[in-house]
Amino acid sequence: MSLTPTATAPRGPAAAPSATPTAHSRRRKRRSTRAPWFFLAPAMVFFIAFMVIPIVYAIYLSFRGQRVESGGAFGRRVETFIGFENYVAALTDAEFLAGLGRALTYGAIAVPSVLGLALLFSLLLDTPRARFTAFSRTAIFIPYAVPGVIASLLWGFLYLPSTSPISSIARSLGQDSLDFFSYPVLYFSLANIALWSGVGFNMIIIYTSLRAIPTEIYEAARIDGASELQIALRIKVPLVAPALVLTSLFSVIGTLQLYSEPATLRPMTSTISSTWVPLMKIYQDAFMNDNLGAAAAASVVLALGILGFSLAVLTFFNRRTFGGRS
Amino acid sequence: MTTTTLTTAERDTGPLSAPDPRRRRSGAGRRGTPGSRVATIVLLLGAVYCLVPVVWVIIASSKSPRELFSTFSFAPGTAFLENLAALNAYGGGQFWQWCLNSVLYAGVGSVLSTIVSAMAGYALAKFRFRGRDTLFGILLAGVLVPGIVLAVPQYLLLAWAGLAGTYWSVLLPVIINPFGIFLCRVFATAAVPDETIEAARIDGASEARIFVSMVLPMMVQGLVTVFVLQFVGIWNNFLLPFIMLSDQDKYPLTLGLYTFLSKGSGDTDLYALVIIGSAVSVVPLILVFLWLQRYWRTDLLAGGLKG
Repeated sequence: MSLTPTATAPRGPAAAPSATPTAHSRRRKRRSTRAPWFFLAPAMVFFIAFMVIPIVYAIYLSFRGQRVESGGAFGRRVETFIGFENYVAALTDAEFLAGLGRALTYGAIAVPSVLGLALLFSLLLDTPRARFTAFSRTAIFIPYAVPGVIASLLWGFLYLPSTSPISSIARSLGQDSLDFFSYPVLYFSLANIALWSGVGFNMIIIYTSLRAIPTEIYEAARIDGASELQIALRIKVPLVAPALVLTSLFSVIGTLQLYSEPATLRPMTSTISSTWVPLMKIYQDAFMNDNLGAAAAASVVLALGILGFSLAVLTFFNRRTFGGRS
Repeated sequence: MTTTTLTTAERDTGPLSAPDPRRRRSGAGRRGTPGSRVATIVLLLGAVYCLVPVVWVIIASSKSPRELFSTFSFAPGTAFLENLAALNAYGGGQFWQWCLNSVLYAGVGSVLSTIVSAMAGYALAKFRFRGRDTLFGILLAGVLVPGIVLAVPQYLLLAWAGLAGTYWSVLLPVIINPFGIFLCRVFATAAVPDETIEAARIDGASEARIFVSMVLPMMVQGLVTVFVLQFVGIWNNFLLPFIMLSDQDKYPLTLGLYTFLSKGSGDTDLYALVIIGSAVSVVPLILVFLWLQRYWRTDLLAGGLKG
């Protein structure tokens, strides 16, 4: 697994008990077995409280649901164990599946364009004799500081026919206002927000690993008559592959968690329903429909999907990146 | 001195560089190739693309609601101060409360998160103990768990503890940051020599003292990176506060501006308020960010991924 760093070098003799078992060294030994747990304690407390327990609780909830007991003027609703019913419901729910499809369609556009453009920009920044690179680099990185909600607001206004400069230019050329919120343009409008927000950060990660490559390699390639384009494609891209693994992994995780962008754009258009992506559906189930079991089951399905997707990305890149080497 | 050096450098490269003065200082004195010019142009186009929405919101924030829909998009308006006053008056200064809340959530949350990550990362990098690799694996798996999927059960558990709707409900869940722990472990491995720790131990320093006065200073560059990442992460977070909070006075900026717009659907007068709110919140953030960026060690970030 490429994310795992190599184990730290074995520690010196200090790790082993010292030769003469004095009281001092015994105390030291005891201390060094307790010390790491002291440092780890806060992280473990928060990890258990806010990750492990919620996951376990979500799984527990996903097997529970409400049954209506007949009798009386009001059917009494009782919470009980209902097996895989919630999962069956989630996996056969047309709206949930459609939402998943929409998130994946969006991801299929957004992830390659964010990473492709980030890679392109970082290679261009690394091109010898390119100019104004400090300015371009900073400018492209700036949107990273803009929260997703505000980025969606900004682009939302740039899309909205009444305020859009693009539509206003189109109108002055005698065209109709462009409809950024209709299918299939909507997917590109959303992917564009992701591109705007994400390209800079990914570019910086890739660019930094480009800078870490010793330049002697390029000199050698140039002497052998390689063009800058060949150097970029044959040497630079393979060498920054580990950075690409990380950036693509985070992009994929982000895709399936799409929420704030469509939620923010929703007031501007009727195309985006209240259950447009899986997370909106989960929110709806949990807090509007009071159906926690369904929300939990859908969350678990989504989490497993994300996990599977991440592992697929990691395996894919591991094979591509390190397959030849090991 | 600097000037002299520069001139010398230019003179050295003089014979090789093209007569065109624009190209004189380029690269290693060789002429700009068509490839490098294409690179420059494409990068500048990227820069324009990234700056346009920011420029637009600054210009639009100066427009009255009527000007917003009637004048050309990039022509400045006349109502900047009126908009600012309207924003200031909204909900009795609620906007500034949101700004303050965002600073609180992101500031306190990321400081605590960085400390917790630094301690854990140090322990995982510099101590050998049973179960270390297993524990690290489990924490690392946390990177893959989408935080947002946790939000609903987290809400239920915090509601059960009576904390939902409080500041704590937004602060506590963001303290654990598996990716931060991962990075801190990488930084500690790289930046803290075993010999130094051993020497301090032999001198009788306590483990806590070694950590605070020796390890933390050595890790500081890495810690700033973890801090900034987490700060931006919390600042940008939307779903967690959205689920946890119901009292508008506790909202962070993102949630506040979101409610502005969802209330204003149909009421175009509120658009001007949303726009000035976005402008006022984005510009200082960008400035702070440009300043913080200098302390970033992205090489550590990228380097950590190679191992």
